[in-house]
Amino acid sequence: MTWTKQMNNRKPPMIIRLWHSLWVTLRHAWARRETVSYPEVKRPLPGRWRGRIVLTRDPDGEERCVACYLCSAVCPVDCIHLQAQQRDDGRRYPVTFRIDFSRCIFCGFCEEACPTLAIQLTPDFEMCEQHHSSLVYEKKQLLIDGQGKYPGYNFYHHAGVAVPGKTIGEADRDTPPVDHDTNLP
Amino acid sequence: MSFTQWLLTFIGLALVLLGLILIAALMVYGERRILALLQDRLGPNRAGPFGLLQPIADFIKLITKEDFVPPFADRMVYTIAPVIVPLTVLLSFAVVPMSNDWWLADLNIALLFVLALSSLRVYGIILGGWASNSKYPLFGGLRAAAQMISYELPMVLALMGVVMLSGSFSLVEIVAAQELPFIILQPLGFIIFLVCGIAETNRLPFDLPEAENELVSGYNTEYGGIRFVFFYLGEYMGMLLIAALITVLFLGGWHGPWLPGVVWFAVKTLALIFLFFWLRTSLPRLRYDQLMDFGWKLMLPAALINLLITAVFGLFWMEN
Repeated sequence: MTWTKQMNNRKPPMIIRLWHSLWVTLRHAWARRETVSYPEVKRPLPGRWRGRIVLTRDPDGEERCVACYLCSAVCPVDCIHLQAQQRDDGRRYPVTFRIDFSRCIFCGFCEEACPTLAIQLTPDFEMCEQHHSSLVYEKKQLLIDGQGKYPGYNFYHHAGVAVPGKTIGEADRDTPPVDHDTNLP
Repeated sequence: MSFTQWLLTFIGLALVLLGLILIAALMVYGERRILALLQDRLGPNRAGPFGLLQPIADFIKLITKEDFVPPFADRMVYTIAPVIVPLTVLLSFAVVPMSNDWWLADLNIALLFVLALSSLRVYGIILGGWASNSKYPLFGGLRAAAQMISYELPMVLALMGVVMLSGSFSLVEIVAAQELPFIILQPLGFIIFLVCGIAETNRLPFDLPEAENELVSGYNTEYGGIRFVFFYLGEYMGMLLIAALITVLFLGGWHGPWLPGVVWFAVKTLALIFLFFWLRTSLPRLRYDQLMDFGWKLMLPAALINLLITAVFGLFWMEN
């Protein structure tokens, strides 16, 4: 109570306080504008902006996606639909890959879940359409020719699976598997 | 009057009516741009050059909306209420002299006419709030009534000083008496009238009847479309009227050097309107008890003291 009384006593007279708030707003007439004329002026978006989703390729030009369904499983709004297929050399790929952007909430969980860094979110949000159905992107709209955010990354050169020309443990940053039998006492 | 005279009168009336509505619409645009200017934003700049066609876009949007009457509303009063507000304001403009020979009517009781209409204006707000038959509009209407009573009193008392100095209720004669603007002779009266005028038009910081934070949108919560346009136009034309009245009563109306009278009148009125917009960006809304305290404990005694001083000075000096 005494504190409020002291505060009240220290306040300048009302007319000064009114003038102060008027002066503060008047000064802002010459300040820099915080808003921009959007379609003409575009603010630069950060590289990690979570926008339109793409499927990337590895440095050899192959699809990175191995159709593991993790993105589809983690998606909180169930907007990713895909169908897996196996190639003759044993490598898996999605036959169909469909994202319904009218349901997508751009949370980025699919990107975090992806073990092969195939699915990535890009700094692009300008994808308005007149109809919901136009927002359903098929695989040919999602798949890009580039490598996205991780140039030079090839999943098979880092992981412990055998592919033609490489056995387990031979790749860069790869260690040979542990033989559990020799570790036993 | 002959037929031609009647015709000319009606054309003149239509022109004034259209002009006032256009000015009110441009004020909405001007307010949005000025608020944006003072708040580091750009404001509406899309429709037409500098967004000048924004009021037309707004108007088209609002008139094409569904003409909706809530099922729980009192249908007749709900329909009439929004018409009262712009009607009274437009009527008041008839007696405001814009130049030394520009006015529609020179009533000898013009000031009383304006005050009576500004009291009637609040009926539109109260009835709108009442007929909506909903909680927040009712609160808004009741607040408007209480606010009108509290601020009409000091406003009229502040004007009595002007009437004493000029010796007339006619606005034309009041302006003619102001070779020296009354703001110099009546500074206290000017401040009281300005504050009460803002309170009368329900502008910030006195916009209790439509306090968005507490009452959704106050008395016009249940209104939409063309009926909302009436309330909105009424509010902005009311602001224009108060600015014009302050110009006429305290700032010397069309008096001024070099420029023609109409220009001086327009410049003074626009400066006051800018002040209203500026106050809106700068000051927070009063609490309800603060509003009442301010009106009854500060404005009313100050207006009475101002009246007393004017009367005493007038008695001793102006007689000679």
